[in-house]
Amino acid sequence: MQIQSLYQEIILDHYRNPHHKGLRDPYDAEVHHVNPTCGDEVTLRVSLKDADGGPVVTDVSYDALGCSISQASASIMADLVIGKPVSEAMAISQEFLELMQSKGTAEPDEDVLEDAVAFAGVSKYPARIKCALLGWMAWKDATSQALDEEAGLPS
Amino acid sequence: MTLDVSRIRKDFPILDRTVRGDQPLIYLDSANTSQKPRQVIDAISDFYERHNANIHRATHQLSEEATEAYEGARIKAAGFIGAASESEVVFTKNISEAINLVAYSLGNASAGFPAPDRFKLGPGDEIVVTEMEHHSDLVPWQLLCQRTGATLRWFEVTPEGRLDLSTIDELINERTKLVALVHQSNVLGTVNPVRQIADRAHAHGALVLADAAQSVPHMPVNVQDLGADFVGFTGHKLCGPTGIGVLWGRRELLDEMPPFLGGGEMIETVWIDHSTFAQPPHKFEAGTMPIAEAAGLNAAIDYLSEIGLDAVHAHEQALLADALTQLKGIDGLRILGPDQPEDRGTAVSFEVDGVHPHDVSQVLDELGIAVRAGHHCAWPLHRKLGVQASTRASFYLYNTHEEVTALADGIRQAQKFFGVA
Repeated sequence: MQIQSLYQEIILDHYRNPHHKGLRDPYDAEVHHVNPTCGDEVTLRVSLKDADGGPVVTDVSYDALGCSISQASASIMADLVIGKPVSEAMAISQEFLELMQSKGTAEPDEDVLEDAVAFAGVSKYPARIKCALLGWMAWKDATSQALDEEAGLPS
Repeated sequence: MTLDVSRIRKDFPILDRTVRGDQPLIYLDSANTSQKPRQVIDAISDFYERHNANIHRATHQLSEEATEAYEGARIKAAGFIGAASESEVVFTKNISEAINLVAYSLGNASAGFPAPDRFKLGPGDEIVVTEMEHHSDLVPWQLLCQRTGATLRWFEVTPEGRLDLSTIDELINERTKLVALVHQSNVLGTVNPVRQIADRAHAHGALVLADAAQSVPHMPVNVQDLGADFVGFTGHKLCGPTGIGVLWGRRELLDEMPPFLGGGEMIETVWIDHSTFAQPPHKFEAGTMPIAEAAGLNAAIDYLSEIGLDAVHAHEQALLADALTQLKGIDGLRILGPDQPEDRGTAVSFEVDGVHPHDVSQVLDELGIAVRAGHHCAWPLHRKLGVQASTRASFYLYNTHEEVTALADGIRQAQKFFGVA
């Protein structure tokens, strides 16, 4: 079945046993994102701390309802960004976005994306790209808000 | 009145193709859009190859032929739904535009355009809808309420997927200006008693609009029997092309309603600072209309009429009964809406325990089976039923009992793939 390229074992594992799921305190920003085509939703919190060389992601927690792709993607995303400097996590997020937009042509860099390379097959299914990006977009939004708040900007 | 499905399938070229490798296509998404028979495709090609011109505004032969194709479709559509005259048939780009036409016309009346009071809304007035509306028959009324200060009210849906009519006397009252409801639900398949609700609305002087997008393609619908004042449907669910829809309205109402879109062809006279308007239906048809699409719609109505909507309906009811029985036999599957075929059409939405609709539909797609997953543009209904999203299979005249069985088998495969069966 071709579909195995979409539903890699790693994805199904994260779907069945999602990491970092459940909302936690403390947090610096919380967002709620929805996929309007199917109604899938995620509430996501981000906690940052200042360090030499810029802010670091200390925690990402979330509550989500959705398909295997969106659930697994949120789980892998949290694994990838927690503990990383925001600048590095943003770069990973950008690389993941480019992978999703590649229509199956990109060669994902496993050193950067780790388990998220399993989503390469998703980029061949246009209807599912939004599912894979739901958690990432929520994380990016929450992190931007947390940074704005820190800088004293209105969020 | 039986229908020769194998002969019908030969009319639909797309049913010959394969998908996802070499899987034969099993198309169970006709509530989304229907497939098109050769006769419709040929009618559109023939229009462009032989008759293409703009309508109503040139004296040359091609324009006469194009005008005849376009106006011929109007006459055909009027006959198809039992309109009193073809001037009651307004072409739009789809049913969403047909409903918006009424909503914006009423909005214009409310904003001061000269019109009888029955078209004017303001604070204290009420519009009544139902919880099972498609967003197309909900959002335009929300917007109209926002523009006019009117209040939106709604019939609730019972857990069985029927309208709760116990509140009808309270809901429809002297404050009601308009009742808008779906004839056949695109999610539940439920067929609503439009006549009963329309009679109550008319007793209070309210207008009634019926969204017939899912009924007109599947059963004989006569607008006189239905009892509404406006009925909308769309060509592309009716074996016709995309880009053309129909608003039927009672002529005496269309006469007095303000225009919707302004532009060419909808006018009578134009000065630099004001205009007067054409008679219906042209008053509501601004700019160049979907002419080739009208020719396609004409062919689609001919195609269905020749087979007979009664025969189409009987075939679909047999498929529906089969589908309900087979799906109910799957552990962990819950059908949304009535689980018996009475007063119900062929849209069958369901939930599968432990497998998200996107994942169900992805596995089905891998098997060549096209269904829809999501909230099907009926988010409030899903919320009411306590469902995040659902998978929907929908059947039409070209579907077979073998395809129903393939669907049931496919759902079992999805359960196996995701480890819930």
